[in-house]
Amino acid sequence: MAPQSAHEAFEAAVLPHLDAAYNLARWLMRSGNDAEDVVQEAMVRALTYFPSFRGTNPRGWLLQIVRNAAFASMKLNRGTMSVSVDSPQIDPAALTDPGDDPEVSLMKRQDRGRVTQAIGALEVELREILVLRELQELSYKEIAQITGTPIGTVMSRLWRARRILAATLKAAEAAS
Amino acid sequence: MTEPNCKMVLLTQADFDGELDAAHAAELTEHRTTCAECQAAYAELATVREAMKSADLYQTAPASLRARLTAQVQAQVPSNVVPLTPSKGRWWNLPAINFAAGAALAACIAVIVMSTGETAMVDQVVDDHVRALQPGHMIDVVSTDRHTVKPWFEGRLDFAPPVKDFKAQQFPLIGGRLDFMGGRPIAALIYQHGTHPIDLLVWPAATNDAPNPVTSDHNGFTTIHWTQGGMTLWAVSDVERAQLQDFVQIWRTTP
Repeated sequence: MAPQSAHEAFEAAVLPHLDAAYNLARWLMRSGNDAEDVVQEAMVRALTYFPSFRGTNPRGWLLQIVRNAAFASMKLNRGTMSVSVDSPQIDPAALTDPGDDPEVSLMKRQDRGRVTQAIGALEVELREILVLRELQELSYKEIAQITGTPIGTVMSRLWRARRILAATLKAAEAAS
Repeated sequence: MTEPNCKMVLLTQADFDGELDAAHAAELTEHRTTCAECQAAYAELATVREAMKSADLYQTAPASLRARLTAQVQAQVPSNVVPLTPSKGRWWNLPAINFAAGAALAACIAVIVMSTGETAMVDQVVDDHVRALQPGHMIDVVSTDRHTVKPWFEGRLDFAPPVKDFKAQQFPLIGGRLDFMGGRPIAALIYQHGTHPIDLLVWPAATNDAPNPVTSDHNGFTTIHWTQGGMTLWAVSDVERAQLQDFVQIWRTTP
């Protein structure tokens, strides 16, 4: 293997997982600005620790750092951060593809808003596992490693998250 | 929210998530034909997944953040040289691959060209370990006493597996399990290191083909196998590679 400078190695191994890092941070923090801060903080940590990284799964390693940075940030801000179940922090309108047919796009926007809100309302311990499984499509094993929880706990939290989400979506549908 | 009545619900979910091997997945499919609760749970899981999929929720990093971080990484002074993951660099036509990198490369190739039979074996051993991690599957006989574990296998196996305990070296024996590998019953000894279980699978060796341990990595698990005292031994775990190598070293050198 070619000898690389540390920053080239980091660029090749870690930076390709920036989207994964941001997606996780965004769903944990429920705000774009906070997510950027968390990813920034995580990258600084990752750069610092990278020379001692010997694993084979840089994505999992990075997500673990992001997750820890997000939890540290939430702990720090506890009490000052107000999160309302009724007002999703992610603006669904901002997510829509501009090319969509207006009617389809409206429906999509409503669905997206509903699902986003339901996920946002989950406890963070349930939300992180749901996001890692459904959006990041990671195995139980990887989720267990990233979140530092036993596989059994991953399975039961995932189950609870999905049950709550199913119930919330059903209720929202009935109400509309 | 009500608690599930059927204890198979979490396994149904594991099946839905593609976490089970074919045999167990088939069992769960069969189970759903008779269990309304698991059938409904499976349908609900699909509904939730579909709702999340169609809502297109993945949030990619904003371009500004990407640019900022890339610049930040590149601004780092190139310090120590790190031979690492294969990257865009073309290692094969570089004039000077130093000796250490060459050796590392040889090791990588050795793993890649490992015979398909061996690869299949690594898969099987890791699958067995993952299956054992499912609730209730890990341990048949719970004991930290090798004098309890060893006799437990008698009458269940046609050979006597060597049972050792390494409590003093931070690898305590926590129990045993009867397993099947290649159609024959084998012994699985379960050790613990920190919070991580280590499985050691043991059966009589056909040939003394691996006197020196062979290490492989597979989906975040490490396996090490070797033959010793007429037995084939496979250690498998998600502990750090070096720790599993320590474990094997202790096992091999303890009479």
